[in-house]
Amino acid sequence: MNGFESWALTLAVFLPLLGAALILLIPKESETAVKTVAFLTAGITSLVGLWILTAFDFKSSGRLQLDVNVPWIDVINSRYHIALDGISLPLLLLSMVITLLCVIYSWDHFPEPHNPKAFLALLLVLATGMNGTFVAQDLILFFVFFELVLLPMYFMIGVWGGPNRQYAAIKFFLFTLFGSALMILGFLALYFLGDNTFDIPELIANGSTIARGTQILIFGGLFMGFAIKVPMFPFHTWLPDAHTEAPTVGSVVLAAVMLKLGTYGFVRIALPILPEGAAAWAPWIGGLAVIGIIYGALGCLAQRDLKRLIAFSSVAHMGFVMLGIATLTDYGINAAVFGMVSHGLITGMLFFLAGSIQERFGTREIARLGGLLVQAPRLGWILGFCAMASLGLPGLAGFWGEFPAILSAYNPAGGLPVGLFRGFMVVASIGTVLAAGYLLWMYQRTAFGTPKEEFEAKHIHDVHGPEWVAWAPLLVGIVAFGVFPGLLFNITDGAVQGIAKSLDGSAETADARSGATPVREEKLPLAEEAAH
Amino acid sequence: MLENAWVIPALPVLSFFIILFFGKRLPKGGAWVGVAAVALAFGLSVVAVGQWISRPATLEVATHHGSEGEGQTVEGDDPAHGAAEGEHDAVREPVRREVTWFSNGPIDIKVGTHIDGLAVAMLFVVTTIAFAVHVFSTNYMADDVRITHYFAALSLFTAGMLVMVTASTTLLLLFGWEAMGLCSFMLIGHWWEKHENSSAALKAFFTTRTGDIGLLVGISILFFAAGQTFDIATLNEAALTGAISKGVLTVGAIALFCGVIGKSAQFPLHTWLPDAMAGPTPVSALIHAATMVVAGVYLVARVYGVFWEGFNIAAGGVNLGAVIGGVTVLIAALLAFVQTDIKRVLAYSTVSQLGYMVMALCVGAWTAGVFHLFTHAMFKGLLFLGSGSVSHAVHTFDMREMGGLRKFMPTTYKTFLVGSIALAGLPPLAGFWSKDEILTGASAGGFPIMFWMGVVGAGMTAAYMTRCVWLTFFGEYRGHGHPHESPAAITVPLIALAFLAAVAGFLNAPGVGLFGDWTNNAVTLAAGVEHHAFSPFIAVTSTLVAIAGIGLAALWYVRNAGPHGITERNAAARAGYTFLLNRYYLDHLYTDGIVGSIKGPIARAAYWINQNVIDGIVNGVGIAARKAGNFTYDILDQGMVDGAINGSAAAAGAGGGFLRTTQTGRVQQYAAVLFAATAIFAVVLIVVTI
Repeated sequence: MNGFESWALTLAVFLPLLGAALILLIPKESETAVKTVAFLTAGITSLVGLWILTAFDFKSSGRLQLDVNVPWIDVINSRYHIALDGISLPLLLLSMVITLLCVIYSWDHFPEPHNPKAFLALLLVLATGMNGTFVAQDLILFFVFFELVLLPMYFMIGVWGGPNRQYAAIKFFLFTLFGSALMILGFLALYFLGDNTFDIPELIANGSTIARGTQILIFGGLFMGFAIKVPMFPFHTWLPDAHTEAPTVGSVVLAAVMLKLGTYGFVRIALPILPEGAAAWAPWIGGLAVIGIIYGALGCLAQRDLKRLIAFSSVAHMGFVMLGIATLTDYGINAAVFGMVSHGLITGMLFFLAGSIQERFGTREIARLGGLLVQAPRLGWILGFCAMASLGLPGLAGFWGEFPAILSAYNPAGGLPVGLFRGFMVVASIGTVLAAGYLLWMYQRTAFGTPKEEFEAKHIHDVHGPEWVAWAPLLVGIVAFGVFPGLLFNITDGAVQGIAKSLDGSAETADARSGATPVREEKLPLAEEAAH
Repeated sequence: MLENAWVIPALPVLSFFIILFFGKRLPKGGAWVGVAAVALAFGLSVVAVGQWISRPATLEVATHHGSEGEGQTVEGDDPAHGAAEGEHDAVREPVRREVTWFSNGPIDIKVGTHIDGLAVAMLFVVTTIAFAVHVFSTNYMADDVRITHYFAALSLFTAGMLVMVTASTTLLLLFGWEAMGLCSFMLIGHWWEKHENSSAALKAFFTTRTGDIGLLVGISILFFAAGQTFDIATLNEAALTGAISKGVLTVGAIALFCGVIGKSAQFPLHTWLPDAMAGPTPVSALIHAATMVVAGVYLVARVYGVFWEGFNIAAGGVNLGAVIGGVTVLIAALLAFVQTDIKRVLAYSTVSQLGYMVMALCVGAWTAGVFHLFTHAMFKGLLFLGSGSVSHAVHTFDMREMGGLRKFMPTTYKTFLVGSIALAGLPPLAGFWSKDEILTGASAGGFPIMFWMGVVGAGMTAAYMTRCVWLTFFGEYRGHGHPHESPAAITVPLIALAFLAAVAGFLNAPGVGLFGDWTNNAVTLAAGVEHHAFSPFIAVTSTLVAIAGIGLAALWYVRNAGPHGITERNAAARAGYTFLLNRYYLDHLYTDGIVGSIKGPIARAAYWINQNVIDGIVNGVGIAARKAGNFTYDILDQGMVDGAINGSAAAAGAGGGFLRTTQTGRVQQYAAVLFAATAIFAVVLIVVTI
């Protein structure tokens, strides 16, 4: 292993923090210098990401790669262990790209009270937290990064947010902190029960030694931490407030990356370390997930505010991700990881659009908008494109997070209640129609028709330079992943298979094994026939 | 060409992107790019047809006659069982080409093309109609503000259908299926400035997507049932060999059929199709004749093994598909009588004819169903383009403002008449042969109810088309403009389609049977689908019924005979008429009843619960925590353990200085309480685990 390989991930994580420190040294008045440093930092970090992409061995994406494992806090046996596999890689890259695009997007228009220096510094600190979470392989390290994102986001909402920003910021902060508190307890329990180690791979290897009842209890603690972050129904109420009040860039980062910290936590930590706990919780998670799908969609239908609508749609979309996870199958978890990335691209884009619309019209109230296609056709068509992507149109990225999750629910992991999950499948499918409903009604009211009287004479600028630069990668990504899902599935699959294997049969008790046979087994001979 | 059939859908995809990105800079908004791409696709499809026809029938299939027991199908290379006593028949072997799309563990998810007689026939139909529509549109849409968008969407629409008909897997089929949903949305709502147009677009999308719930579920069920594969050929084989249990097949077939009901506008989800007339007329021709609505019919024909077993078609009598098809034939034909808009007459006619196709497939008349799809595409494409030509001249679709147009636009009149006769099912035009096959199939297959539904439908079809032709082309001109014949870009496609509408039926006429031979395939053979001989009795009956329909309509509309004004005199007749005018109140039920309540009260209730119950709990906890905090601070902290709490509070709120200034204040105390709660939880956990 040469020098750079052992440094690449560390650079990916801490470069943004270094950039933030540099920005703090620059006087507040030299805004261009601040922006340049932020841009370069995010850019170089993305280049490191690109290098990681070339260095990554895709053939063994299930193996942890580029790992660094050195002592950190000896007294509790916690180590600085970072590495990434096929699940971490796409999310890490997503986080890097979104950060860069956010710097570009905010180039010319920082929300009130302006202050690019503080804003960009916070954004970069945020990036360190997010990148770090996706590569940490030690629970304490994970926890530190996981919590690190809270403060910058708290200030982003609280300082640059809308009229009700302080309520939203505190709610966001406390809600997540509450979950974290229970999560760290779970981590401590794992430490003591799992042979005094915080090392995730080691814990996965030792995990089966923990008794089932204890697993269920610990899983509950982790569940609270992750489910609030996702957020799952009924722990979602911080999200619409946070999104509505947050500045555009804050919303984009929140939706595109931060929500994934929760789902990622399930996939990386909760499921593989506590397979039996996961199996016991899976029906409940699946149930909450499909409630979230329907409930989020209904919430969307009741919204008058564009941004709040998109926020509620996140609840629905993350429901599909969680449904995939709850099946505990390779199909489901692959779908979940795909869903994380596609939701990041699509909902990130939608929040960008909502921000740009608000900037132009001074309002996000759907009833006051209309005829966007007349005044700013490109903006309007991009909104339509994203709406279609968000409702899961095949050929665009959203489909691959949605349909495979539905598919996987038909045949959950052995031992899970099959009938119940098939019910979930049908309910989730109904959710796709509701998604079409709220997105297209929103589109009809904002983009179709003719401009409302109050904006008729107003000159509305169509998509401008920085917006194109910030959006083009997302739009290309939405199409590319939609048409070539293998770009992502083939990366994640290796790692997902490992997790699925650790989960295999975890739900089957002795009598279930002898009773109902899983569907896939009895049909396998046919699949072989089909193969040749 | 058969191996490289992917090129055919790729061409319009390519033209879509060219028009999308460069169309504005090209002459005529890039229209000619679209025309060229479709022309080329048409040419290649003709080549594919030729190659398919000349392909030797090499695939031996053991046919299975009789309806009892499980179907035993054995391919030629596996003579282990059943081959000895079964009869053999040779068909052309499908040409397949697949690549791996992505992998999930050991399972490779593939995409590819599966080219057989059905696919080739569909390629021909789709590209023929699309070509005619594209040429027609170059003139008809020449002055449109968004001609670039129009042609881009038209290209993508064509591509979607071509992807669907060549797809080897249900997953890829779904791609084409939904791409058409998108394009229909874009094209129906093409003139989106008007609210009713965009509403029609939304309605089409929602309604078909409602059906798609079933499609998603069905594809999922069958994916696992067939052994984790989306491959359609494997699926058909597994269904027919009994590898999938009857129960699963029934559920799967019903689920898929929901998708068919939505997409192919079957009762009770047919309501979107007449509204879809809001789009430009050539689009209607494309939607109705060759793409979108026939997608559902194609799906049934393609995964026929599942429907054959799932609906137990061999048993005769009734089944879900046949009933839905038959009911659709009649209820849509009835509605066609009360329309004043020429396009709406044709729209309901399409719904009715789709009912015939679905019914045909579900009574076991596979060839008849597919053949009717084929002939219908020709004459319905013709009729829609004809109505477009008429509106080009008189600037309205309202037949009350037409009349006497045969003098002003003779070419349009003659071609429209050919299309109408073909639709009415008079010999020897195309519709007669395919409709006759359907009736024969229903009768011989043991579906007497469907047979009579079909016969009644035939009479109604002939009657409403008589009314339509009469109101449009005969009598005195009732409008205000100066009607004129349309230019060549419009009339040439009409003439070409009129020719096809006239002669296409002979392809499968008794004694010819070419269409049946070309589309013959292993699935229907293995299922034991029988092709029934031409029945002179049925042919004469249906012809007489059609003539009677024309005669009655002529008496009523031309001679003004019969009980006119009965709707004013008789309450029952008036009620019936109102019932029809309101389209059986289905739209009211869906729009006001279902959609309205979800959008309105249900969504509002959910949101109210969100804001007041769930969020109320959250806020309540916050307030309680603050009160507890105050208590802790005032009593415990200040009184007793000052230092300890301050320490944890400082640790909790790193931004404490900022937080203190916020309106709610005292955040440290929240944090302190949280940590206290956590500590208690920790103790509980430790106690429980030890």
